Amino acid sequence: MNRPDLSKADQVSMDDKTDPPAAEDVLRVEGITKAFGPIKVLRGVDLHLAPGEVLGVVGSNGAGKSTLVKIITGYQPPDQGQLYVEGEPVDLHSVQDARSHGIETVFQDLALVDELSVYHNLFLNREVTSGGRFRFLNNRRMRADAMRYLEEIQVDIPSVDLPVEKLSGGQRQAIAVARATRREDVKILLLDEPLAAMGAKEAKLIIDLVKSLARNRGVSMLVIDHNYTHIFELCDRVNVVEQGRITLDKRTADTSLAELTEFMVSSYRQQVEGASA
Amino acid sequence: MVVSESTHVAPPPAPEAKEARATAVKRRLWLRRLLQGQELVIAVIGVALAIFFSIYSSAFSSQSNVATLSTYVAPIMIFGIAEVFVLTLGEIDLSVGEVYVLSPFLVVYLHDAGLGVLGGIVISLVACAAIGLINGLITVLLNVPSFITTLGTVFALQGIVLLSSNGIQINPAGSGTIAKILGGSTYSPIIWALAIAVVGHIVFRRTTFGLHVTAVGGNQTASGEAGVRVGAVKIWCFVLCSLLGGLIGILDGYRIGSLNPGTDGLTMMFYGVAAAVIGGTALTGGRGTMIGAGIGAIVLGVLEDGFNIIGINAFAYQLVLGLAILGAMILNIQLERTRSGRGSGSLARLITRLGGRRATSS
Ligand SMILES: Nc1ncnc2c1ncn2[C@@H]1O[C@H](COP(=O)(O)OP(=O)(O)OP(=O)(O)O)[C@@H](O)[C@H]1O
Ligand SMILES: [Mg+2]
Repeated sequence: MNRPDLSKADQVSMDDKTDPPAAEDVLRVEGITKAFGPIKVLRGVDLHLAPGEVLGVVGSNGAGKSTLVKIITGYQPPDQGQLYVEGEPVDLHSVQDARSHGIETVFQDLALVDELSVYHNLFLNREVTSGGRFRFLNNRRMRADAMRYLEEIQVDIPSVDLPVEKLSGGQRQAIAVARATRREDVKILLLDEPLAAMGAKEAKLIIDLVKSLARNRGVSMLVIDHNYTHIFELCDRVNVVEQGRITLDKRTADTSLAELTEFMVSSYRQQVEGASA
Repeated sequence: MVVSESTHVAPPPAPEAKEARATAVKRRLWLRRLLQGQELVIAVIGVALAIFFSIYSSAFSSQSNVATLSTYVAPIMIFGIAEVFVLTLGEIDLSVGEVYVLSPFLVVYLHDAGLGVLGGIVISLVACAAIGLINGLITVLLNVPSFITTLGTVFALQGIVLLSSNGIQINPAGSGTIAKILGGSTYSPIIWALAIAVVGHIVFRRTTFGLHVTAVGGNQTASGEAGVRVGAVKIWCFVLCSLLGGLIGILDGYRIGSLNPGTDGLTMMFYGVAAAVIGGTALTGGRGTMIGAGIGAIVLGVLEDGFNIIGINAFAYQLVLGLAILGAMILNIQLERTRSGRGSGSLARLITRLGGRRATSS
């Protein structure tokens, strides 16, 4: 690592030398770079995700976390680098591609269409259809399934027929999470700030849902969150993204809220000093 | 205060009760949507206008006038349906009116080149779809706003029509049964228009494609993130719009019996846009209604025909039409604001409040 002058070097224990072999990882990301014009957002990101593991990704605003998620979910292509799903190299050309590999995403902007009803949003682009090639919507089935699933995960909304614009911020977020978790065969779940607008009770609901998915269905997850308390509650491991790279990779059991906070603050100080030097 | 530890947990509502509540909400929503969505409002206005003209002049409700009225309504309705596809995306197709002018000429040229009438019609329609494809590709791949793309196509097509025809009026190719079916007999255009409206409505409301059109128009980024192929959906809408434009051109050619290269395609197109907007389709995208466009077309047709019968001159008709469109747009925006809880359209508030009361009491 080319971090100059690590005064707190003892805290920055990078364990990427001790990575398990690739075959064990359900997801592996190697050397991802991405630039938007002159701005190099990602400068070589490596990360891995074991089956059933919940990985937290933290980093300051604009660090490139969402960009990373969009690459893993096939929404944007990387400039360089390779993704591996269950050891196999994959090239994702679309969100649909990623889905076929069992990757589901809750985007930071939630990716909901305000004008459409709750159930149409839940089923957007994987509608239940009949009539073969003509793909007639089976609205009745979609409504019923939406109601059943939302009830199952205890998301309370007045009606699945309401347009999503009528819902509160937290309810919208719950719908976005529900959309990503609804599928039975989801293997990798990417959650980009899934709790940002939620009240304590609703956040707990989602946290429990996410935990049970990881535990009972063995779903691997990548969770982005600015709230470190959530990270420690949810995640087995945490990665810090800074200036386009992963600069810290630790098991949450081996670190603490104080240490993580201190790491972020100290690296910020270094950046400031580096800039002024 | 002693809170007993007894299990005073409210039993979960019976599933039937929940279902009933949801159905009630759904029914109310449907009524509200109809009222807010303007279809009903504009239908009432249409009926009122028809009654007014009937009282004013008995000629309005005569059988021959109903036939005339239908020929006014038919092309506007098809243009309206065509535009709903692109307007719902938040796009517009200005060129569809010129496609309308071009398509019957193409049939004649192909016929002159030795092709059968039917073959000529099919090839002409394919060409019209190709024009839509070009509009769509330029808009999507080169990121040109559709207003600009299709403005360019309008003039290009106008040039093609004038050059190829030397500006001379000609007769449509073919006669007899084909001509009769395709707009030649009295009620043929309106039957085509209604059939297209029904199919358009089903495609728009009942298929994945229709849902994706609304989704892309509502939130392009979100639709893309959900995996909807945004570009393909947009291109298809331009193709459909242009294809319908070509079809009306052929229908109107046989109805009128002659083809005029100087026909004002832009005005025809704007009638379609007006019908769509009056019916409740949002120019900003995300909300479109085929039924609304159909009703809007009927209202415009009733206005035009009614004024003709009353004997108001064409200039006054233009003025009233302009005001009607303006009024409809204002109503549209006000309803939209009330619906989304922003601001307070007083007129719209009144209407939705009346509608809401009726909906809850039913
Ligand atoms: N499509 C794009 N075009 C140009 N620049 C972009 C694009 N997407 C992201 N960026 C830039 O890339 C950088 C990283 O953005 P990103 O959304 O990945 O940050 P983030 O880590 O998710 O931040 P936050 O915590 O605020 O969500 C930002 O500077 C942003 O302006
Ligand atoms: Mg982000």
